[in-house]
Amino acid sequence: MRRALPAAALLLLATALPAQAQSQAHSQAITTARKTTTATLRKPPPRAAYHAADAPTNAPVAYVGGMKPVMDQGRYLHGILDELEGRYAPGGTDFRWDGEAWYGGDYNRLWLKSEGTLEHGRLHDGDHELLYSRAVSPYWNVQAGVRADIDDGPTRTWGALGVQGLALYQFEFQATAYVSDRGRFASRIEGSYDFLLTNRLILQPQAEFNLYTKSDPARQVGAGLSDVDAGLRLRYEIWRKFAPYVAVSYAGYLTQARRIVHDQQGESGALRLTFGVRSWF
Amino acid sequence: MLIPSRNRGGLSRRRFVTGLGAGAVMAALPRPLQAHTPTAGQIPPMARARWNLRVGRSRIEIDHKMLHAPCIGGDVPGPILRWRQGDTVSINVTNTLADEDTSIHWHGLRLPASMDGVPGLSFAGIAPGQTFTYRFPITQSGTYWYHSHSGMQEAQGLYGAIVIDPPVPDPQPCARDYVILLSEWSDVSPMDMLSNLKMQDDYYVFRQRTLASFPREARAAGSPLAALKDRLAWSRMRMAATDIADVTGVIYTYLLNGHAPDMNWNALFTPGERVRLRFINGASMTFFDIRIPGLEMLVVAADGNAVEPVPVDEFRIGVAETYDVIVQPREARAYTLFAQSEDRTGYARGTLAPQPGMSGPIPPMDPRPVRSMVDMGMGDMKPGSSMKGMAMPDHAPGMQASHGHSHLMPHHEGRMMEGMDMTDMQPSPPEPSGHGMSMPEHHMDKPTHHKPTTDTASIIEVDDPGPPPLNVENQNIARMPTDRLGSPGDGLEHNGRRVLNYSQLRATRPGSDPRPPTREIIMHLTGNMERYIWGFNGRKFSESGPIRLRRNERVRFTLINDTMMEHPIHLHGMWSELENGQGAYRPYKHTLISQPGSKLSYLVTADAPGMWAYHCHLMLHMETGMFRTVIVE
Repeated sequence: MRRALPAAALLLLATALPAQAQSQAHSQAITTARKTTTATLRKPPPRAAYHAADAPTNAPVAYVGGMKPVMDQGRYLHGILDELEGRYAPGGTDFRWDGEAWYGGDYNRLWLKSEGTLEHGRLHDGDHELLYSRAVSPYWNVQAGVRADIDDGPTRTWGALGVQGLALYQFEFQATAYVSDRGRFASRIEGSYDFLLTNRLILQPQAEFNLYTKSDPARQVGAGLSDVDAGLRLRYEIWRKFAPYVAVSYAGYLTQARRIVHDQQGESGALRLTFGVRSWF
Repeated sequence: MLIPSRNRGGLSRRRFVTGLGAGAVMAALPRPLQAHTPTAGQIPPMARARWNLRVGRSRIEIDHKMLHAPCIGGDVPGPILRWRQGDTVSINVTNTLADEDTSIHWHGLRLPASMDGVPGLSFAGIAPGQTFTYRFPITQSGTYWYHSHSGMQEAQGLYGAIVIDPPVPDPQPCARDYVILLSEWSDVSPMDMLSNLKMQDDYYVFRQRTLASFPREARAAGSPLAALKDRLAWSRMRMAATDIADVTGVIYTYLLNGHAPDMNWNALFTPGERVRLRFINGASMTFFDIRIPGLEMLVVAADGNAVEPVPVDEFRIGVAETYDVIVQPREARAYTLFAQSEDRTGYARGTLAPQPGMSGPIPPMDPRPVRSMVDMGMGDMKPGSSMKGMAMPDHAPGMQASHGHSHLMPHHEGRMMEGMDMTDMQPSPPEPSGHGMSMPEHHMDKPTHHKPTTDTASIIEVDDPGPPPLNVENQNIARMPTDRLGSPGDGLEHNGRRVLNYSQLRATRPGSDPRPPTREIIMHLTGNMERYIWGFNGRKFSESGPIRLRRNERVRFTLINDTMMEHPIHLHGMWSELENGQGAYRPYKHTLISQPGSKLSYLVTADAPGMWAYHCHLMLHMETGMFRTVIVE
């Protein structure tokens, strides 16, 4: 969804970061210089505190008929399926969805997130969250609510608290911490980036990591970094709201979870050719 | 969950019908379109004082885009109203819409507040089935326009031109006189546009920088590294240099007097005649750059008021502005009226010809503008050096703290600048208002030293909001806003043509109120493109109080544009006298373009009591919060 720069730009990222530090130091130097020169030249004239001509007031304006001239508090409803895809494998194709919907205004929104994978007729990695989202800065929202792991495995419920937004260089980013009804902790980190090859052909690397404090073998969860689900998707936006894609996806278990799955004779990870559609309303 | 779109002209769109529209469309009898009578653009032969206007929805199809458009008398645009200065006009507006209020605002007219036509401020609107009689004396002359101020009816067709005869013979007599009303046409409802933009701010922009466009940029920038650096700078700010228009030719057909380009609206002339063209930008989201290849245009009026004639090849018209130009075609051939959108995704077009049905060559569109650091309010930094002094929203507290003192203290600017060494950053010196003649680049080699003008000395009260916060509603601070009155605007500089700029506008008579201002109101234009929220001083309308002016107070408004877009700022009911260096001959305007990263000022005499609207005339900016109520007590 974001505008992007070519892949090579990433390589420059590392070199650019020191430049930022420099620029901050530079600006502070200017600030200091300004203060001293002003002070030595002349005492700054007394000045009233800042006052905006349109400052909010308690005295309401009597609009004719109670009509507000503009409606800037509109509420909107949107939903997006970032992933709706088949992950091909000779032994059986998996189907996966990952999407979210929100309703609300500029500050307060209700979010619904849902994802899951259908594998050999069994639903796993089913994760559904209902969150209140509050805009807190130009690009960031704080989100809090509940998560329910509902699929063919045992059900778990969690409280959730996280951030979601647009990081520097226009990375889409979400990080959420969870605490379960059994006193366990978990965390999920998700990120994606849109590289515009053309205005309609977009390459999107995406990754999601799950971490847990304790293992939960019944759900193939291990302590520490437990699983990863990543994809490199090449989509074509026939229209903004409808974009078929081809992708390479990887879903796998890591560290302790990998051993748990191995002991259960499960597949510990697979790289797959994937086809899907990204769509939203 | 979604409907793949039809393809047309290489662009696909989601087919869309509003609930209301859908019902109405099915109920309506299909009839062949006809928004464009042969008389479109023809001014009525005589001024009239009494008018009856019926507002309703009509099924109109232009460029294969069918719309159940709210309009007057079944036509888009509505009829040209010709009035005479000195008369008292009386206009009955009848609302025949099924279930929505309507209103007509007389844009640029000086009249009692109750006649201004803004629901909630002037009156309660006109309910379905009701008739409202507007009655007010006409105290001015020139080219103006009218439009609905209810919902988003204006964006769908409820607008038209006003021509007011002066009481004395026109000092610029012309054999022919035409209205050229520019606008947009789309079958996507404005509410849908807004909803899409809230989800994805670049929804309608398909001209972004991509891997495919990189080689071209690298050539333009001199090296791939320079081009990459520039991209990184923009990406780091989470903004796009290609962000010129929010809504584009992807869904708009641009109209000239209700005619799509291939319908070729015609106006006749006899070679050698002087022809007056009254340009009105009645669009809701589009700026146009206008030229007539092969003809010099003499700009003789701006926003209805006469200015000293300025010969130009091209001019930009912001949303809601009007310009009268005079042309004198000498050859018996067709001349193309060419009005390209600022983002170059389309154009409106018509033809001046000695005979009906002729058409001239249509020029290719110019390269699209690309935003620069000047637009970000970073002064005149070159893109290469841009990383250095750039504000890093929410990541550079040091920068924020140092922000802005160069422009926030109008009294002391000169002094403040004296001791500052900002050679790296090459700031344009902030000047006391009223010295707007020079080009930005001209500032650079000039020592920065300005004495406060006497005008400034008269100010005893300053409403200075301070630097706008970086918050949910604002993503940028113009740290070094420049004076851009000498610039014709992004994409028009150094294009080899004589392009009008604001510093060239000089009224033909001195202003009627010689008093210097006693109060200055500083307003920052702010917004968050990413969330699609717009406002002033980091707040949208619903979070702000009214601006209160005392009766007959003389006020200087100073606009600092912290966003990277142009905003046409319109004050209802009172003139905005642009301080552009013309001394007492300030041009009187009703709508002023505030260029991105710029600072400008204008004087207002608060001689019209009542509640007035003050807003950005880009409809979706207004509706998302760039609106204030002005109360003259």
